[in-house]
Amino acid sequence: MDSFFSNPVTDWLSGVFTGWGMNPDAAHVLTAFIAILLLITVVMVLDIFLVWTERKIVARFQDRIGPNRLGPFGLIQPFADIIKLIIKENIYPKGVDKIVYNLAPVIMMMSVLLLWAVFPLSPILFGVDLNVGVLYLIGVGSLGTLSIIMAGWSSNNKYALLGAFRQVAVMISYEIPMVVALLIPTILSGSMGINDIVWAQDVWYIVLVPLGFILFLISATAELGRAPFDLTEAESELIAGHHIEYSGMKFGLFYASELLHTFTFGGFIAAFFFGGWRGPGAETYPILGLFYFLIKATIGYWLFGWIKYTLPRIRIDKMMDLNWKFLVPFSFALLVFVALTNALLADFVGSWIYWVGMLLSNLLFGWVTMEILRRRARGEREKVEGVQPVAEGGH
Amino acid sequence: MIPLSWYLILSAALFAIGLFGVLSRKNAIAILLGIELMLNAVNINLVSFWRYNDPTRIDGQVFAVIVFAVAAAEVAVGLALVISVYRRRNTVVADEIDLMKW
Amino acid sequence: MECREKIMTAMQIIFGITAAVMVGSAIMVVTTKNLIHAALWLIVTLFGAAVLFATLNAGFIAVIQVVVYIGAIAILFIFAIMLTRREKGDTGPGLNRGWWLSAVIAVVVFGGLTWLLQGWDGLSKAAPALGPSFDSVGLLAETLVSPEAFVLPFEVASVLLLAALVGAVYIAFQRKGEE
Repeated sequence: MDSFFSNPVTDWLSGVFTGWGMNPDAAHVLTAFIAILLLITVVMVLDIFLVWTERKIVARFQDRIGPNRLGPFGLIQPFADIIKLIIKENIYPKGVDKIVYNLAPVIMMMSVLLLWAVFPLSPILFGVDLNVGVLYLIGVGSLGTLSIIMAGWSSNNKYALLGAFRQVAVMISYEIPMVVALLIPTILSGSMGINDIVWAQDVWYIVLVPLGFILFLISATAELGRAPFDLTEAESELIAGHHIEYSGMKFGLFYASELLHTFTFGGFIAAFFFGGWRGPGAETYPILGLFYFLIKATIGYWLFGWIKYTLPRIRIDKMMDLNWKFLVPFSFALLVFVALTNALLADFVGSWIYWVGMLLSNLLFGWVTMEILRRRARGEREKVEGVQPVAEGGH
Repeated sequence: MIPLSWYLILSAALFAIGLFGVLSRKNAIAILLGIELMLNAVNINLVSFWRYNDPTRIDGQVFAVIVFAVAAAEVAVGLALVISVYRRRNTVVADEIDLMKW
Repeated sequence: MECREKIMTAMQIIFGITAAVMVGSAIMVVTTKNLIHAALWLIVTLFGAAVLFATLNAGFIAVIQVVVYIGAIAILFIFAIMLTRREKGDTGPGLNRGWWLSAVIAVVVFGGLTWLLQGWDGLSKAAPALGPSFDSVGLLAETLVSPEAFVLPFEVASVLLLAALVGAVYIAFQRKGEE
């Protein structure tokens, strides 16, 4: 199987290195190193433009124009931002634990960049085809959790610590529905490798399991710490959460990694639910696959932006309630339900009966859930209104 | 080739270090940290025995998975106990929690 | 064959570095005064263990090691450490008076274990080669839930986790009216 480390280009490159009289193994390692460096560079340049995209998106949602002065459409603006961040003074607050303090943004960025190792950009272009790719995604995500708590603790600031506490509690809690949501494509495709999941999607999984997609979208939003779950920012209460004491490029790393993390998760949404790099002609011309994938990833990214700039922030206890009292039981029930329907329809895999059956059963499940929630809400409302017949001042 | 003995010796070293931590640390949470080291040493042993014995019999990995479950359970209950003790007695030093010593 | 030798040497180098880092950070775990630092050093050790699992072709265990230990257990430790301290710094010695005795015991245990291992003939055994289609993840999955193998221990483990969950919540829960 081709990958970053063995495809025509890298073979040619290591051929060149061996031609210069280099040891073949060393040439292989060097080529792999260059491939990784190239990927990271491309990703970081992409990140610069994500800053611009983000500002443009938020401007459109708020009926503004956004950056439009520097260069065409304000495209030079992010570079000016970066220059400003780099030449800013590095401030160490009193009582900072220097090593941990400096390590935290690096680990944050690392946790995002590591995700790109399993990113199936096109049928032949990916870092490694791990057979536990889905779990790898969760494992790397836990490094991000770690960096948040490191940043919050080492800053020697109670607001930073409180923000980190909240955010980590949220991330750990929402990891459960996210893992379960990721198990649904795993069950349908029969593999935990992300590329295998893409190959299995003759019909996009968003059509087969729309509920799984919604579950993943909600839990991923919480995992990313984006609004309406952006308790780590919470400008009005916690000022900026865990990165309050960071300035200059260290803050820049947090900011950049948040945007890149969002884009990466948009890519994973594309890979798990939008059919990844698949599209007309993608198998024959892999470069088309890359093109399709980036378009789908951008749609995923835009979805996160849409949610972020539309919904207000949720209070922390409401958020935990939503997770533990609704999403966790719901996700387990959905997982069992999808596994059962998948087993029942196993004879029809690949035909339209399977697709329609999965879709209809999912819609039925969603309808039943909504009905149960409506009953409960009505019951609670009647209970409250029964106790206090006078409804005035009820809010 | 890495001989099996390297893994076993490393895991023995980790186990001994963890044991030292369990026996000599004052803070109850630090004692739990030592226990984690010991459990990890056991896991390295289990997985390396699986690899070097007969990889088609996956028992070693199964045991490792169950050790993970036990470690998670142990940490959850252990830390809950420590927090509960801290609430009542305002200390986490194991030597000072000696009410039942008599 | 020569290439294979070299890859093996590379593996030995990786093992050596990982082992050195693991032992060093494990020693830091048990000796550092600052408990948060101890927990962070523990994370380094656990990460080293994940690398070792990867060198042993146990990818699933390696990833689970990161998810469970670093993502859950280490974070839980850091939370607990922060919840059980009055001020930021740790005061006083981290070790008790009899620490030298514990050190002797640890060295004796290590020496005894290595001495025991010395007499065993399975030590220098080479790892059996794995076929290209060998899939330890699939095998593990089937073994864990197959009735002939480990389905009962697996279920017992899940019951244990549930019991631990309930127990931890019950123990750490601050009841009303209690200070």
